[in-house]
Amino acid sequence: MNPFSEKTMEQIAAIIKKYPEGKHKSALLPVLHLAQRERNGYLSVETMNEVAAMLNLEPVEVYEVATFYSMFNLQPVGRFVLEVCRTSPCCIVGGEQIMDYLKQKLSISEGETTPDGLFTIKPMECLGSCGTGPVLQILEKFYENLTEAKIDEIIADCKQQHAVLN
Amino acid sequence: MPKVIIDGFEIEVPAGTTILNAARQIGGDLVPPAMCYYSKLKDSGGKCRTCLVKVTKGSNTDPRPMPKLVASCRTVVADGMEVANITSPEVLDARKGVVEFLLINHPLDCPVCDQAGECDLQDLAFEHGSPKTRYEFERRTFEPIDIGDKIKLHMNRCIMCFRCVFLADQLTPERLHGIMNRGDHAEISTYIEKAVDNDFSGNMIDVCPVGALTDRTFRFTSRVWFTNPVLAHRQCNTCCGKTILWMKGDEVLRVSARTTFYGEVEEFICNTCRFEKKNAADWIMEGPADISRHSVIAQNHSHTMQVLKNGVPQYDDSQKPTPKVKSEIE
Amino acid sequence: MPQKIFLEHTGKADLTQIEHYLKFGGYSSVAKALNTLTPEEVVAEVKKSGLRGRGGAGFSTGMKWSFLDKKSGNPAYLVCNADESEPGTFKDRYLMEFNPHMLLEGMIVSAYALAANTAYIYIRGEYWYLIDILEKAIAQAHAKGFLGKNILGKPYSLEIYVHPGAGAYICGEETALLESLEGKRGNPRIKPPFPAVYGLYGCPTVVNNVETLAAVPWIINNGSAAYATIGIGASTGTKLISACGNVKKRGVYEIELGLPVEEFIFSDEYCGGMANGKKLKACVPGGSSVPVLPAHLLLKTEKGEPRLLTYESLADGGFKTGSMLGSGGFIVYDHEQCMVRNTWNFTRFYRHESCGQCSPCREGTGWMEKILYKIETGKGNMADIDLLWDIQRRIEGNTICPLGDAAAWPVASAIRHFRHEFEWHVTNPAEATKPGAVYNGNLLSVV
Repeated sequence: MNPFSEKTMEQIAAIIKKYPEGKHKSALLPVLHLAQRERNGYLSVETMNEVAAMLNLEPVEVYEVATFYSMFNLQPVGRFVLEVCRTSPCCIVGGEQIMDYLKQKLSISEGETTPDGLFTIKPMECLGSCGTGPVLQILEKFYENLTEAKIDEIIADCKQQHAVLN
Repeated sequence: MPKVIIDGFEIEVPAGTTILNAARQIGGDLVPPAMCYYSKLKDSGGKCRTCLVKVTKGSNTDPRPMPKLVASCRTVVADGMEVANITSPEVLDARKGVVEFLLINHPLDCPVCDQAGECDLQDLAFEHGSPKTRYEFERRTFEPIDIGDKIKLHMNRCIMCFRCVFLADQLTPERLHGIMNRGDHAEISTYIEKAVDNDFSGNMIDVCPVGALTDRTFRFTSRVWFTNPVLAHRQCNTCCGKTILWMKGDEVLRVSARTTFYGEVEEFICNTCRFEKKNAADWIMEGPADISRHSVIAQNHSHTMQVLKNGVPQYDDSQKPTPKVKSEIE
Repeated sequence: MPQKIFLEHTGKADLTQIEHYLKFGGYSSVAKALNTLTPEEVVAEVKKSGLRGRGGAGFSTGMKWSFLDKKSGNPAYLVCNADESEPGTFKDRYLMEFNPHMLLEGMIVSAYALAANTAYIYIRGEYWYLIDILEKAIAQAHAKGFLGKNILGKPYSLEIYVHPGAGAYICGEETALLESLEGKRGNPRIKPPFPAVYGLYGCPTVVNNVETLAAVPWIINNGSAAYATIGIGASTGTKLISACGNVKKRGVYEIELGLPVEEFIFSDEYCGGMANGKKLKACVPGGSSVPVLPAHLLLKTEKGEPRLLTYESLADGGFKTGSMLGSGGFIVYDHEQCMVRNTWNFTRFYRHESCGQCSPCREGTGWMEKILYKIETGKGNMADIDLLWDIQRRIEGNTICPLGDAAAWPVASAIRHFRHEFEWHVTNPAEATKPGAVYNGNLLSVV
């Protein structure tokens, strides 16, 4: 496994400085976010152990935290994790149909990854985008007021992005 | 010192005492049951909600009742406080609810559970639960796992009291297990397979109120009520060496720490005493251990009937608190 | 024109740039507070203004501040709760995205009042893009001398840091938030002690919602008396309401507290009425946790008075016929929405978000979800409805934190007001399980 990039290490050092002396455990959530981004979108045991060593924590403290928060993936995921809101305010404006369409389009169920390793559908609870639902999120970017046409576009964009980067 | 009235009984306790501990000082039926609180483990309590009580008067200075039921194990008494436990139908109903919640995912495997007969959840269900379940869905299940060669974890039976986690934090050099996931998926786990093995890890078995953590060296050896509990001690460099031996004839089937009337360990013991000293010759026997006559374990034991009056055995209740409030009310 | 505090200048310029924000009088309350007011005077002003916590509980902000333990000898902390996760609520996101400096300004003045030298913004991880906006704003405020050592040359220093959560509704509960900020699982603490005495790192701490803190500059600039004249009775000031669901114009609106609910839904200035010509059936007026109201009880109280957007009016009638203002997450349902499916959806949410610490919530939310799914899929019976009622009743009030109540209330209110829909699912399973099927026998509560 590659070590964290220099930039990430710098960011981690800066994060730790936000908290008082001896309270570096506070840095755990932001550091796990960075680690997940750098390590293919999920936290392996090795990654978590590395974070534990970095913050001088018992590995179990990291496992406990990582398994508590729904943004952390503990299993390998696709290159694009489509986090789709499934809570009422989105559902009553067509969220369920969008989810169905997405599943049909990618031929996978919720929580699954496409065989080509490109897409994972991850159902999420309320993403705080109720005024512009149905909504899905890929990393920090919100895709709002979703329609079937927009889903087609998003999928095509992702595929293109993937093609360009490879 | 603040005075508090619990179900009509007044007691004066040192400042900082919780309602639960004040009630324990009074004793009897008015003592709230406690599944997660453990006086020897810092920060324990407040989670299981079986010890909920109603504070009908906050204190002399602020007599307002508390708006919600409170966890008696984590609520400190104030001077003039009045508390209703078994005199409050609201409390009894809430408690019945809590017992039901604790049981919906708990397996009915008492017949094959080593904890049966000394299980706090059995006692709680017997006293406060309903005979029938209203839960009709599949129960949450996990595979039992060995955490080391001495301890078995049956996550199905766990009620998430957190005691074993506090114990590992507070008594052992490093903690290898913890709470993973959340909500009704939360579980006690090491996350990756790992043996929890250090001098004091065996105490997790004793603080577990149910059969989630059991002694692998005792596994399926005997029902606990077919054993004779005997107080014993040995010279030990690691711990106090004071234990209870659970014996069948001359055989030592199991070793555990001594417990108080409320089922808490008096002094924690080390794994050598617990797991490795299984010969009667390792120990200096002191005599039969006192078992509550209400316990199924006491049923076969004559030593609980020590005093003969006119030739009739009398139960020795001298160590037990006297008030029997519930029966008086009923 | 109704008074606007938060959104007065949004849209006129890019307020994420401090120069623009300054042009509209931004950061003047920092100068006013530091130059002319003692911390105690700031607390007194906020107390007199009647400002109440905008996260949902509606507790007096000034009172909360006055509970802060000043004698502990430990440093005090101010923590901004930007974990906005209550379904239907997206007002804080809007405020932080379009007016981040107003939050910072409010935090500076509030931290000064509390004598805190460190403040954290705990923001939900899903709002990752806002962290960038906030951190840029913090850097700009630093450069202008509103943050850092000796602010405006006065002997007061403050640093504000942004801390991301990672997907846990429960971290909106203030003690769970503090646990999470300490790098732990978001398990709510058992109270007392309250954060004012034992908060972040065991130090005295005040946790306030984004909108609450952002209201402070206006109060300091214009005075508590001016603020208290906005609104009605004990509901003073303005409130951000995030409208969603089946209305024409979803979005974030700033209203003066006291605006009639009917006007909010139907006037063109706000939601513009129901979308697609449908009828109003029900509404959850304060975020998913508060009781759902059928249309007739939403627009008018049981006594027949117009329902207003105030803490008191929305609660009028108690839980029998009223609800709560809550966080201002205003979810509107048209007559084609199924209340059973909606209740199941909410309950699935609470099951997913329960921390698992205490037994009634951990076990009860899952049990309710299973029963609701059973009814929704046409397999329920009448006894299930009563069982649901019994379960929610035994969760409510018996848990460590308010998530138990939040899970119980939607179920209780749905059964209370829409019991016929549950019964219809039981008696007509074939019809009720058709996609999009909705009971339409209760036209009485459709407006």
